[in-house]
Amino acid sequence: MIRFVLNSERIDLEMDRADLTVLEYLRERRHLKGTKEGCASGDCGACTAVLAEVEGAALVYRNFNSCITFAGSLHGKQLITVEHLAQGGRLHPVQQAMVDHHGSQCGFCTPGFVMSLFCLYKFPRPASASRDAETCREFLAGNLCRCTGYRPILDAAHQVINDPQQDHLDRASQLTIEQLSEIGTCCHQAGGFYLPDNAQQLARLKHDMPDARLLAGGTDLALEVTQQLKDLGKLIYLGNVRELTEVRETDEEIEIGAATTLVRLDELLGATYPELSALLKRFGSRQIRNVATVGGNLANGSPIGDLAPVFMALDARITLQGTGGLRTLPMDGFFRAYRKTALRDDEFILSVTISRPPEAGQLKVYKVSKRIDDDISTVCLACLITLRDGRIGRCRLAFGGMAEKTERARNTEHALAGNRLDASTINLARAALSRDFQPISDVRASARYRLQVAGNLLERMQLELSGCEFPIRIGSL
Amino acid sequence: MSRGTVHPEPVATGRALAHDSARKHVSGDALYVDDHPPLARQYHACIGTSPIAHGTLDFMDLAPVHNAPGVVDVITANDIPGSVDIGPVFPGDPLFAERTIEYLGQPLFAVAATSQKLARQAATLALVRTTEAEPVLDLDMAIAREFHVRPPHRMQRGDVPYNLEHAVHRIRGVMRVGGQEHFYLEGQVSLAIPGEDGGMTVHTSCQNPTETQKLVAQVLDLPMNHVDVVTRRMGGGFGGKETQGAAWSCIAAVLASRTGIAVTCRLSRRDDMIMTGKRHNFRNDYDVGFDDSGRITAIRYRLAGQCGYSPDLSDAIVDRAMFHCDNAYYLPHVMIDGLRCKTHTASNTAFRGFGGPQGMIAMETVIDEIAFSLGKDPLEVRKTNFYNTSDRNLTPYHQAIGHFNIPEIIGQLEETCDYRNRREAIRRFNASSPILKKGLALTPVKFGISFTVTHLNQAGALVHVYTDGSIHLNHGGTEMGQGLMIKVAQIVAEEFKVPTERIVVSATRTDKIPNTSPTAASAGTDLNGMAALNAARKIRSRLVEFLSDRYKVPQREIAFTAQGVRTGDRTLGFEEVVRQAWLGRVSLSATGHYKTPGIHYDRETASGHPFFYFANGAAASEVVIDTLTGEHRLLRTDIIHDAGASINPAVDVGQIEGGFIQGLGWLTSEELKWDPSGKLLSDSPATYKIPAIGDTPPVFNVRILENRPNEEATVYRSKAVGEPPLMLAISAWCAIRDAIGAATDHSTFPKLNAPATPEEVLRVIREIRRPS
Ligand SMILES: Cc1cc2nc3c(=O)[nH]c(=O)nc-3n(C[C@H](O)[C@H](O)[C@H](O)COP(=O)(O)OP(=O)(O)OC[C@H]3O[C@@H](n4cnc5c(N)ncnc54)[C@H](O)[C@@H]3O)c2cc1C
Ligand code: FES
Ligand code: FES
Repeated sequence: MIRFVLNSERIDLEMDRADLTVLEYLRERRHLKGTKEGCASGDCGACTAVLAEVEGAALVYRNFNSCITFAGSLHGKQLITVEHLAQGGRLHPVQQAMVDHHGSQCGFCTPGFVMSLFCLYKFPRPASASRDAETCREFLAGNLCRCTGYRPILDAAHQVINDPQQDHLDRASQLTIEQLSEIGTCCHQAGGFYLPDNAQQLARLKHDMPDARLLAGGTDLALEVTQQLKDLGKLIYLGNVRELTEVRETDEEIEIGAATTLVRLDELLGATYPELSALLKRFGSRQIRNVATVGGNLANGSPIGDLAPVFMALDARITLQGTGGLRTLPMDGFFRAYRKTALRDDEFILSVTISRPPEAGQLKVYKVSKRIDDDISTVCLACLITLRDGRIGRCRLAFGGMAEKTERARNTEHALAGNRLDASTINLARAALSRDFQPISDVRASARYRLQVAGNLLERMQLELSGCEFPIRIGSL
Repeated sequence: MSRGTVHPEPVATGRALAHDSARKHVSGDALYVDDHPPLARQYHACIGTSPIAHGTLDFMDLAPVHNAPGVVDVITANDIPGSVDIGPVFPGDPLFAERTIEYLGQPLFAVAATSQKLARQAATLALVRTTEAEPVLDLDMAIAREFHVRPPHRMQRGDVPYNLEHAVHRIRGVMRVGGQEHFYLEGQVSLAIPGEDGGMTVHTSCQNPTETQKLVAQVLDLPMNHVDVVTRRMGGGFGGKETQGAAWSCIAAVLASRTGIAVTCRLSRRDDMIMTGKRHNFRNDYDVGFDDSGRITAIRYRLAGQCGYSPDLSDAIVDRAMFHCDNAYYLPHVMIDGLRCKTHTASNTAFRGFGGPQGMIAMETVIDEIAFSLGKDPLEVRKTNFYNTSDRNLTPYHQAIGHFNIPEIIGQLEETCDYRNRREAIRRFNASSPILKKGLALTPVKFGISFTVTHLNQAGALVHVYTDGSIHLNHGGTEMGQGLMIKVAQIVAEEFKVPTERIVVSATRTDKIPNTSPTAASAGTDLNGMAALNAARKIRSRLVEFLSDRYKVPQREIAFTAQGVRTGDRTLGFEEVVRQAWLGRVSLSATGHYKTPGIHYDRETASGHPFFYFANGAAASEVVIDTLTGEHRLLRTDIIHDAGASINPAVDVGQIEGGFIQGLGWLTSEELKWDPSGKLLSDSPATYKIPAIGDTPPVFNVRILENRPNEEATVYRSKAVGEPPLMLAISAWCAIRDAIGAATDHSTFPKLNAPATPEEVLRVIREIRRPS
């Protein structure tokens, strides 16, 4: 039985299907029709709902896409839907702000926006008001609206973050916390949905049920259900596995559990690696980042996964666990071919480890996509580079989107290392790039564009590292 | 105040009232078709489609579909009781392909099952055998082969060959502009509920309930009076639910009538993107002559629209492109050929602007190129070519421009956006910025209002006043987010001088308002607002007559005011008047009808007066491009738009901003791609990118032109505002070109196509820098 709180009601849900999505549950089983389906692929935000979890002594609210989240992962959490925000005929402040600013036209995107606004409202406001615009955008970039052009919604967002008040959810929070602690996290199985709470149990389940799929955030996996119409009979949920959700820090390294979400990853590493932080802010949307995990991004083995280039540039190590125990690989040995990784059938990713203190050098990260927000990379470059007296020392360059898997650009690295950081070196590196990669043409871009842009990104890196006087990134204007 | 000549202040019109459903939108209480309260039994439909773009359907084995879990019925073209063709204007749109297949994704059969998922899974199980024929997938190939869905049409005035021949300067060019997926947030959906006598009630998200009623009746072989179509609201339409909202209703209705159980047909996002048509992409060729000042002396256009496999609305759409390839400029000698090219792709259809944008962008390209060739600021060349209302006032279709407020708008905008200083600041920025380049453009929009198919310019409405003074309002227009219902409610409220809260607007229903036109052509308020006004006026004059009789007061001394109905010396509450009138056996219900006066167009001579009036506006946009990746961002946009005397400024500003951003998506990030077999690759929001919140410019100043009521007698002197603002986004696209010019030392005119994706921007820069 999956136990959770739906708005204020305690729910005990029999799982007749492991792959029941939260959206199906809400709309078809509960007839709660406020939450909409616009795409069923995590891209539009019409289905946005909110999860509340107890952290410390308080509730933390996170928006997510209910269309690609499986109901089993609700266990131990409060699920909040748009129906819960207004109370006794009084709109919630975020709803009232949307009305006051004329933030809805056809209204179909509106419940989703309201839920994202609600999370923005609950989010501790950044210290500096100059970051307000960024914060608003960060919370709302995963909600598409085809009607308004967004301006009134942004106005509503600015208003609500400037006027926080206690709401009925705050007043009920003690009650909710009690409800949730009654449930606890301990539930190991509900129908075909398995919730191990340690790595050993996980290893055993994986061994006993080779046909079961591992489920972390589900932001890749659920598309197999909603887009490819597959039935996933058995799911093993990683979100409760202690070793996978932990972060272990020593003086030499930081070991990040595979089920660490991307929002959490940003909190962990963002300050050390600002360019990773900037990348993470453009990884999917807030809804995606709240649930999507490090392990999922890597295990998926996609050539356009955004973390792989960064981890390769940082020379991270990936630890896999299986019946045979643990083994650790360098990140650039993990990917084998298009969507093929070194993972054996009985293995899962336990963690990713990065050296500390950070290696000497600078981490540069560039993501190029058709749309700034919530778009998959056409090309993604991550590079760790050291400089001495205008010469390049070590440099580790990894590209996404340039080959069937994320890959180091060895020839290019070679062309750069030891040479002066100037235009002529970059030209040599450009030539080397075309030996490293023969990219393909696809729906996102042509091979020619990819190759040209990859070379141009090297140029941008050179200009930036040489401390040029002129502006060089659009975002800096 | 003297009696009898009172002009009470408006109580409802001109006010920035919230959308009538705003509170329901934000609380999740607004019901869309798929939110219909659960029925005791209900099936779900899914459609099986063609795997090839062109060829014949030889054989289908549907047994595996039938035998799949949950399946209750499977239908093909052979199972349609009535007519299979549902072409809206011309035949050519079979509900299911019978033998000839004309696009990849064309419906072949439909399955009904007990759940949506089971229906979708079952639909993948059909064994389909086809014989492939060579498809025409490419617009250029269709042009070369003269492969058309409808014959070409020509508009002309003056002597073009001679004046081109003798022009001081002459430029020939080609520009291409892409299509656009509607991406209404709510996909296509219909719910058919079988009723008595074989009848059917259909709840649907569509812009044209009457057309749906007619087609469902035809498909079921029933008279129209057996079918009721209900549309409460759409989660966006944008033209994509004008004709192409009907098929799903027909399919649901056939399945519902066969099973006797209600059937929902809701397309998945991918099916929606693959099966339904989009905005037409165009190839626009031009040959223009002009003098040293940049003034156009003659121009010849060939506008070729890619229509897809069937005519649908393409005749009128390509016509509208032709009607707008003058935009705001006088073309002394002009010849325009419009081609309706056929390809084996989904049938392209209405999309906000209806071809107008594709024509207008050709004109703005020509202006830019003239300015470039003369080394002038494009804004100067724009001004040089504007229409006036005296000697340069004749359009290519021989309608004289009677009122022209674009110079005024441009003048104001140039001031308020600080065009001159910013042009200079941008020049300085670019001089010191080798990688990032900025660009600026200020472009006008002049858009003709009315359906160019004359008979569609009519509407009906129904107003009931109940004995408690509450008012029920219906009209033929549908609500898709554009605020039509609140605007029409404001109009009716104004007539009775009551608060709009007193009025309930309910679903659009064919059993209440028959024989309606689609809600389209921006004409929703113009037409339905007038029809509702006429209905309300009938009731009002009955009330006046009654009061005059009853209180022996001359009719001219009776006035509706916010305080009540002034009747001579006394003022009666509206409820009281209504109650008394009812007791006095006065009818408190009326229908209203309206037809737009004075419009006509003769396609034989390509001349007439197709537009009642023009809606105008202008936008100035500043962009920055990254010459290393082609990425770009809109930094600032200023807009002044002419909405006449706005009935609801909040709603109108919403249309302006929303239209602009939608146009921005069309011209910058929304790219449709097919593979060589005709399969749509950009078939989901993961690969088709409409603007997100970060694409809204950080500085976005939008203003409605003040104190300019419509010169034509429209409802409360307002102007249509649904479509025109989309074209304001051309300013952003031209600004990108301006920035590319700066990146390439203004050495060659940047032959930018649309959408100006990062890849397209980089392509143009590359071609200029390294001519091959
Ligand atoms: C709208 C949208 C936007 C997106 N944007 C981006 C983007 O900008 N950049 C990007 O890189 N990706 C993007 N993605 C893809 C996806 O969000 C990421 O790949 C994400 O990190 C996957 O993590 P997850 O936890 O959701 O994985 P899941 O979907 O849970 O799992 C993915 C796969 O990995 C397996 N798996 C998960 N964890 C483990 C483990 N510990 N050990 C072994 N196998 C495991 C699962 O079995 C599954 O096969 C986007 C997806 C969506 C829907
Ligand atoms: S429905 Fe679009 S993100 Fe869930
Ligand atoms: S209001 Fe229609 S999609 Fe946002």
